[in-house]
Amino acid sequence: MGEPSLRILLVDQNAARAAILEEGLREAGLHDITIVRETQGLLRRIVDLDPDVIFIDLENPNRDVLEQMFQVSRSVRRPIAMFVDHADTETIRAAIESGVGAYVVDGLRKDLVKTILDTAVGHFNTFNRMRDELERVHRQLEDRKLIERAKGILMKERALSESDAYAVLRKAAMNENRRIADIARSIVATMGLPK
Amino acid sequence: MSSAPAKITVGFIPLLDCACIVAALEQGFARAEGLELALVRETSWANIRDRLIVGHFDAAHLLGPMAVASTLGIGHLQVPLIAPFALGLGGNAITVSNALWQEMRNEGATLGGPPQMQGSALARVIRARLRSMSRDGRGDESPLTFGMVYPFSCHNYELRYWLAAVGIDPDRDVRLVVIPPPFLVDAMRAGQIDGFCVGEPWNSVAVAAGVGTIVTPTTAIWPHSPEKVLGCRASWAQENAPKLDALLRALYRAAVWCDDPANHADLAHMLAASRYIDAPAELLHAALANALPLARDAAPAMLPDFFVSSRHAATFPWVSHAMWFHAQMIRWGQIQPAPAHALAVRNTYRPDIYRRALAPLRVDVPAYDMKPERFFDDSVFDPAADYSL
Repeated sequence: MGEPSLRILLVDQNAARAAILEEGLREAGLHDITIVRETQGLLRRIVDLDPDVIFIDLENPNRDVLEQMFQVSRSVRRPIAMFVDHADTETIRAAIESGVGAYVVDGLRKDLVKTILDTAVGHFNTFNRMRDELERVHRQLEDRKLIERAKGILMKERALSESDAYAVLRKAAMNENRRIADIARSIVATMGLPK
Repeated sequence: MSSAPAKITVGFIPLLDCACIVAALEQGFARAEGLELALVRETSWANIRDRLIVGHFDAAHLLGPMAVASTLGIGHLQVPLIAPFALGLGGNAITVSNALWQEMRNEGATLGGPPQMQGSALARVIRARLRSMSRDGRGDESPLTFGMVYPFSCHNYELRYWLAAVGIDPDRDVRLVVIPPPFLVDAMRAGQIDGFCVGEPWNSVAVAAGVGTIVTPTTAIWPHSPEKVLGCRASWAQENAPKLDALLRALYRAAVWCDDPANHADLAHMLAASRYIDAPAELLHAALANALPLARDAAPAMLPDFFVSSRHAATFPWVSHAMWFHAQMIRWGQIQPAPAHALAVRNTYRPDIYRRALAPLRVDVPAYDMKPERFFDDSVFDPAADYSL
């Protein structure tokens, strides 16, 4: 790229997500990236690094700290930072939904801002999908373990075969309009002793 | 009204004054008004504002000055927000580290003393520090640092008002920094800050942890002072008037329920849940009962009207509150005075909507939109006389 390299500061307590975002930005040809995980002394870091764009994950309460820093920096006539572009609520919506907040230092070209933000949002979405997928797999595994234990309890208590025990669970789930795993959880909670 | 409940999504921050939003859901006041209330816990005021602006939230637990700042477009996007309902009065306090408290005591502060006494003691501590710093040539030593929760907040303005009234320049003599409430106690323990102004339960958490001492409730600085509001987009309010009115009635009934001491134990228990405030029920109960221990191992001090849910017209959106916030924004250089702003500021607080919504309840509602606001230093903010731009 013929553009002078943009300085990007990433504030994220989640190292895995920061790494994914960093990788995406590097693929997009942006190499001047600094990651900080603590906001202690952040103002000094911002002054020293003088970044063009700052990213912060929206789960981080320290987002309010950043806002004040920009209030302060305005009063000492440093560049104003803002949350993307004034009129573009769609971009803001996409950013919020993906969980990424961007503070763009005033004076940066608008089309560049959009490209960087799109990259960031895309990678945050990838990360969130991976996390959701991981949670889903984890939950499935937990559900299967619960159902196995509930079956075992039923087989022992009511002298049922494995397939009959499963049929009991499935019927109860259908009757009560609940998930089989939820029925299994109640059975384990009320009848099963911790192992 | 249609039979299917109307869904309303409301964002909140885990602080004591989200009480009547939570009670509106948990005690069934919202359902009785035909509303299905979905509450979403948030981590920062900036997130609350942004999600309100892009429509993730229909309404939100909001800092009163934030509604004014967003309407004027200070520090962020200019999106007109309105405040048709106040979520109680008071609930804030100023807490200092035990080390600073010791210094203040040596200069005449006493536990539970009036704000003038406490402030004068702090001023003497600060002057002595500045003198010894310049004498020893330690000019680069950092001044006392106070934390507050957001630039556009009652906490920021109350702290500044108190400091300035006792002769401390809040921009030169001390350093003010924003720290989110859940991090304040740790920051004080680590010595990063010497004091803070925040809502409950965080002052009590600092006291219970043996980290800080409560210097004064801010209701001693400004009796019946405002705090959070219910905020929503002006355009949403216009398009959803019946829904908004139903929500205000539910919140009003919830506020009356929250005010009744007979319900405080239940309310404290309800709010203590991890999906709401996630703090010990006994600390929340103490704040609701206006009886806080000011120092570790001290007996609870009675602080009359420390946190008020509904009495004293606590849910009424006084336009004079919005005007005072705007006057502070000008006083502390957050915005330049402009005559065009005056009307926008007034239109942010909406007693007209409050009256319209509550009319079917036949309850007493203030007939005026403004009132003089009285402060501990005997000064009065008279909106009619003192608010000309």
